[in-house]
Amino acid sequence: MNIIILVKLVPDLVEELAIDSSGNKLDTAWLRMIINEFDDHAIEQGILLKERHGAVVTVVAPDLEGVDDVLFTAAAKGADKLIKIKGDFSGANNHAMARAFSAIVKELQPDLVLTGVQANNDLDGSLGPLMAGCLEMPYVGYISGVTLGDGKLKTRKEYPGGLIAEMDVSLPAVLGIQAAEQPPRYVAVSKVRQMMKTSTIEERTAPGLDMAGGPTISRMFQPEAAQHATMITGNPEEVATKLVTIFKELGVL
Amino acid sequence: MNQDIYVVIEHLRGQVAEISYVMLAGGRELAKGFGGSVAAVLLGNKAQGLAANPSPASGQYLAVDKVLYMDHPALSDFTSDAYQKALAELIARDQPRAVIFGSTSIGTDLASTLSIKLNLPMVSSCSSFSADGKFTSQICGGKIMAEGELPGPTALITMVPGGYKTEQGQNSQAPTLTQVEISSVEPVRVTLAGYIEPESGDVDIAKEKVLVSVGRGIQNQDNIVLAEELAKALGGVVSGSRPVIDQGWLSTSRLVGKSGKHVKPKIYLALGISGAPEHAEAITDSDTIIAINTDPAAPIFNIAKYGTETDLFDLVEVLTSQVKAAKGG
Amino acid sequence: MPERIDFWGIPFTWGSPAIYVYFLMALGSIILIFRFYQRARLWWRVGRPDVRWNRIHIRLWRVFQYAIVQAKLLRQKYPGLMHIGLAWGFFTFFLGTALATIDSHFLKILQGNFYLVYKFVLDSFTILFLIGAGMAAYRRFLQRPPRLTLEPRFTWSLVLITLIVMGGWVTESLRLAVEQPAWKLWSPFGWLLAQAWIATGASGAALLNWHLGLWIFHLLLVTFTIATLPVGTLLHVLTSPLNVFFSKLDRVTGKLAPIPQTAKGEPIYASTLRDLTWKQLLDGDACTECGRCQDACPAFAAGKPLSPKQVVLGVRVALQQDGRLLFNNENKAPLLATGNLSAEVVWSCTTCGACVCECPVLIEHVDTIVDFRRHLVIEGQMDTELQGALENLGRYGNSFGQSERMRARWTQPIQPVVKDARREPVEYLWFVGDYASYSPTLTEITVKTAEVFRKIGLDFGILYDAERNAGNDVRRVGEEGLFEMLMEKNSAVLGKCTYQAIVTTDPHSYNTLKNEYPINGEKPLPVFHYTELLDMLIASGRLKFSKKLGYKVTYHDACYLGRYNGIYEAPRRVIKATGCELVEMPRHNDGSFCCGAGGGRIWMAEGEIKERPSESRIREAVKLGNVSALVVACPKDVTMFRDAVKTTGNEQHLEVRDLIELVHAAL
Repeated sequence: MNIIILVKLVPDLVEELAIDSSGNKLDTAWLRMIINEFDDHAIEQGILLKERHGAVVTVVAPDLEGVDDVLFTAAAKGADKLIKIKGDFSGANNHAMARAFSAIVKELQPDLVLTGVQANNDLDGSLGPLMAGCLEMPYVGYISGVTLGDGKLKTRKEYPGGLIAEMDVSLPAVLGIQAAEQPPRYVAVSKVRQMMKTSTIEERTAPGLDMAGGPTISRMFQPEAAQHATMITGNPEEVATKLVTIFKELGVL
Repeated sequence: MNQDIYVVIEHLRGQVAEISYVMLAGGRELAKGFGGSVAAVLLGNKAQGLAANPSPASGQYLAVDKVLYMDHPALSDFTSDAYQKALAELIARDQPRAVIFGSTSIGTDLASTLSIKLNLPMVSSCSSFSADGKFTSQICGGKIMAEGELPGPTALITMVPGGYKTEQGQNSQAPTLTQVEISSVEPVRVTLAGYIEPESGDVDIAKEKVLVSVGRGIQNQDNIVLAEELAKALGGVVSGSRPVIDQGWLSTSRLVGKSGKHVKPKIYLALGISGAPEHAEAITDSDTIIAINTDPAAPIFNIAKYGTETDLFDLVEVLTSQVKAAKGG
Repeated sequence: MPERIDFWGIPFTWGSPAIYVYFLMALGSIILIFRFYQRARLWWRVGRPDVRWNRIHIRLWRVFQYAIVQAKLLRQKYPGLMHIGLAWGFFTFFLGTALATIDSHFLKILQGNFYLVYKFVLDSFTILFLIGAGMAAYRRFLQRPPRLTLEPRFTWSLVLITLIVMGGWVTESLRLAVEQPAWKLWSPFGWLLAQAWIATGASGAALLNWHLGLWIFHLLLVTFTIATLPVGTLLHVLTSPLNVFFSKLDRVTGKLAPIPQTAKGEPIYASTLRDLTWKQLLDGDACTECGRCQDACPAFAAGKPLSPKQVVLGVRVALQQDGRLLFNNENKAPLLATGNLSAEVVWSCTTCGACVCECPVLIEHVDTIVDFRRHLVIEGQMDTELQGALENLGRYGNSFGQSERMRARWTQPIQPVVKDARREPVEYLWFVGDYASYSPTLTEITVKTAEVFRKIGLDFGILYDAERNAGNDVRRVGEEGLFEMLMEKNSAVLGKCTYQAIVTTDPHSYNTLKNEYPINGEKPLPVFHYTELLDMLIASGRLKFSKKLGYKVTYHDACYLGRYNGIYEAPRRVIKATGCELVEMPRHNDGSFCCGAGGGRIWMAEGEIKERPSESRIREAVKLGNVSALVVACPKDVTMFRDAVKTTGNEQHLEVRDLIELVHAAL
């Protein structure tokens, strides 16, 4: 079975975000790009499928700062092939990325394409369903479980309130992973460093970046809250006392 | 080609989802600018009744003049492939000014694929619109907002809740129902095998009056007992945000959030919860939100009534003992 | 003239008794050697190689200190005296027999005054031995402390050796009863019993018969004991001195060994017995099951499943069960399965080193536990909290998951600005550490530290955003690759700075900076803990206090300052210099009881516990009665103990203060 996992790098929200001087983009000076956490789950799900059914797992990622580490970490978890798509992805939207990836992905003839259901910087849809459109494959998102059973793919799709729908999907297909069946495994730094020595990242070039289909952003800003909470200050004893007063006012005490 | 705004109504097992009303409200705002009207689009199998009268008990209808209803056996429950094909046919034929989907498990399965298939522009995570055709979207966990002009000729939009109230998408006027033709949705590559009910769990947090909710800030499973003590003292129960449930520290029946439960308690005490949109949307109906978080920039403070930067590990036990003392226990 | 008579009272009717004696001794010895070899060869056939026979003169001195003199056993008075009685007794008897053999065949030395002294010494040690045996019997059958293994095989050994010694004593007393030599009082104990025989009125012939009978009994018993030595609990007579001889020499306690590699350069992780060194397997066989390590272990006291004794014995049991199969290359059973060597056991360790410190035979428990952890890390077998902490350490260089840019935020209110050691030369480069930098409750102490340094006139600077976790506990958790990465980053930054010495306020950082940086055998950096630095400045007169605080305090020796690096007196001198009166807790100096945060435990889920180590320690401090503060010198101690003061309800009785706070107040 041939599984391809698409990975995006997204801004790390631990850092303070700022808008650059143009007013419509994120300031990249202090920006750290990390793997999209849902794509991390997609990798985990892919490796689990490989461990259960045997598969060749290929991880594809765009050439952004930090991508090598992401790919080698995937290799240390069990990915078989690593592909880095060269190009200037710094301003690319998801449509451009989907088009850039799809030519290469088509060549690899996957049975299953996995990617995270969303990413924190999505403004023009998500990579998964866009890829499905480019590859003309069916797409199901919000997946939290995947099993292979007699030629069919059985998936668990999440709805609000904890409701799950079991969807049968014919292959080849694209799935948007919400959560892998187990949290992404830990891989020791020494294993990743080992991979840096023994694995190779295949580089492919994307034929230009076609951003058509995404919106034009005229302004980015940090929201001023319409309101802000009334802040309670003091040492813990004082704060607790004030809260107890509030509880009494609300009739809970 | 028309200047109408189509809204793809989401329904699951005979219930219209609340996001649909939010989308209708957003659609109405857009329609003012473009001069068209809002049409609700509902797909199903023998679901005319639902389309015409989604909430008989309330006497409220979808706030539109017309509902476009597509009927087909393959559309009885939502599945991505059949729905996507049916909508592709409709959109290609009618070419409305915009089509609004929910940024949900249903809407996001459809919008992006249609964008590529029909070569139409899209914009996602929109929380509100302006009458002059601008959208406002949120990214990066709600920390950054992006604005722009709605692209054309047909913009595919996914919407998140928060910009409009449910009531703005309802009115007491029953709309007209128009059945729309579908030629074929074959081959159907995704089929529904069945539903799995959520764990019933010991409590229904949606019914509780006091919720003491924990987020990533609780740091590990052992510390949840602090929240439990406080909840017990206040006569409430413990709930949690996604990271806590994903780690297995609380059962899924306690999940508050987009993929969990929407809650409307009297008091929602958020301990170490940042307030990212997926969580915020599920608690905005609470009477009073009180947020305890050491990060002064946490978005939760924008929806909370009261807040404090005191470290929960310094505060919670003190608070619990003061509550117990106030109860005379 | 007093002299020893060969085979006194033993008939030569069936040939010289020497034949029988030497035959039986040879037989016993051959069996012993054979059986011992069968056991010992497993060590080097199954275990990996390890060079441990360098600097033999030091090794022999250690054997003398720990295996002969055994003074370390006196850390606990009762069992210490007990065993010294037993062991020195036997050493003396062994020497005595050796002298007798020389006397028999080579040189008549046992005559005259020398012989009298010889008799007296042997007799005295007989009494000491029997007192020891009595103490042992009382301990094993009546006291029954839980740290011992109360099984019949130990009883059996005690009975054997006691009967041997009693046999010798009775035999001698019978001879004395018959011979009644003029120098009988030089064997006072023997003579005491001899008078009882005389009092029975038995004839000389009868006494001689009894004498012969006892002598034969004694001989057979000794032969039996020698032959069964390798399979009973007396094996430690051979394995413990060996273990002491081969103990760790080239590495200080605070330094872990790097991950071993195969000839091809592939790392070796401890998943099966084959992955352990022969010395680690010998550790298993050398363990006397005394349990002192278990008694000292904070994890065990807290009710965690870890017992250092059971970890060591787990290796022994595995070797006994699987050794032969592994020897024949048949079995590759994983070691860390369930029971005493499970992942849960291995993760419970705080690496405080109390077990290693207590062990009378110098077993190295912590090294083996870290080896097991290295295997678990590679397998990804850890709880999610630890995983999160390690991922944060890898990405942000701190376990809190906060940006590097927040590391020096605590310096913001300080004027003038704290020097940036990356940009300008400083005398003292202050390596602050994660907890002191990021933990909101601790930064108050960090600021005070800066104020103290400034007031003393120290030329100091910090690394600001470039500092990373020093990696001490990352290494002890078994994530060697991450440790190397952190060390490389820190070393690169330090390499570009100009400084005379590094001072740190965190003992964990201190330990690794001093003992493990850099790893390629280059000259180690000059590193001080702030208590050492303050002590030096007080001694040189540069630091003077304007006030005498007059508090009555107690001091907790941090594991990585005390046991690991021998810093006990410096902090105490500083405390006294601030005018405080120091009262010691029962568990102090190298007996100090760990707060429970080390070894990465502070990053892991607590799990089920009976009583937190930190709470036990607070209770110990409060029990002193009139002490107002517990003084510590480690930020993690501050965190753990302040929490414990709250959870034990002792806010009115005890404060927890970092030593720098006393210094700050007294300046």
